[in-house]
Amino acid sequence: MSAPAATGLATARIGVITFPGTLDDRDAARAVRLAGGEPVSLWHADADLHGVDAVVLPGGFSYGDYLRAGAISRFAPVMDSLVDAAKGGLPVLGICNGFQILTEAHLLPGSMIKNDHLAFICREQTMVVENADTAWTRDYTAGQRITVPLKNQDGQFVADERTLDELEAEGRVVFRYEGWNPNGSRRNIAGISNAAGNVVGLMPHPEHAVEAGFGPANESGPRAGTDGLGFFTSVLSTLVQA
Amino acid sequence: MGRVVVEVMPKPEILDPQGKAVVGALPRLGFTQFTGVRQGKRFELEVEGDVTPEVLAAAREAGEKVLSNPVIEDVVLVAELTAELGGESA
Repeated sequence: MSAPAATGLATARIGVITFPGTLDDRDAARAVRLAGGEPVSLWHADADLHGVDAVVLPGGFSYGDYLRAGAISRFAPVMDSLVDAAKGGLPVLGICNGFQILTEAHLLPGSMIKNDHLAFICREQTMVVENADTAWTRDYTAGQRITVPLKNQDGQFVADERTLDELEAEGRVVFRYEGWNPNGSRRNIAGISNAAGNVVGLMPHPEHAVEAGFGPANESGPRAGTDGLGFFTSVLSTLVQA
Repeated sequence: MGRVVVEVMPKPEILDPQGKAVVGALPRLGFTQFTGVRQGKRFELEVEGDVTPEVLAAAREAGEKVLSNPVIEDVVLVAELTAELGGESA
């Protein structure tokens, strides 16, 4: 596991956007802090990104998933600024509902529909890091298996075959479910990136696996897993090298 | 006051998990003749005045940009709400 970022990175400011119905903003902010960054709360109705160096769109059920998951949040004032900034290279991570918002905002291709088995699912999910060169995965190694919580009802990633082939060919499948596909996602895809690798979205929740005692089970014991911390240290490394 | 109906359906190539669950439940109530179900959404948009061609065009645009996600859904109907479509008789 990656060590927390060096003290020189402590000034990196990572925004965490709260929409009405967001649930995991506090956890995402805590993950940023544990990695060595400074979390900055951003509000959906405020178009100002307040000069942050990167942004996390956390999980939850923004607007109650009305219309489609992420569909209404996509039109929040903050999103126009975020879309522009993301196209300019700002690192953006969408977790679960945040991933759904990024697809609705067309920053990432494809969409999420209801899980193939129709049930809400909550489990500790293992996935393979397929691409360790994105802004949010550089502290992992390609092929590394990590385990973080997964909890969703609309988690089935779908896209047409041409889009899926493109994602594969360009190395934009960043994470793939390992062992069991928990929602029927095409080609076992758990997370993807944009072409530049600064925008990453995934359904599992790395922010819930950042502190021993509160994470998934691993060989060290129950709740010992901190496999998700690498997302947040990765972006700090990315910012230092930028 | 006019009303416009916009109907959105999952794309044919997208497996519709909800429709699949519904078709599985129907035979248990004796409805054995239905071999498939697809579940979509119907929106009724209100306008102050009459439903003009401009209103219908705007409703179609809203349908394609907001009410549906073209990756997974198609807008299959944009029409004035009439008695035939289930509207109250004026």
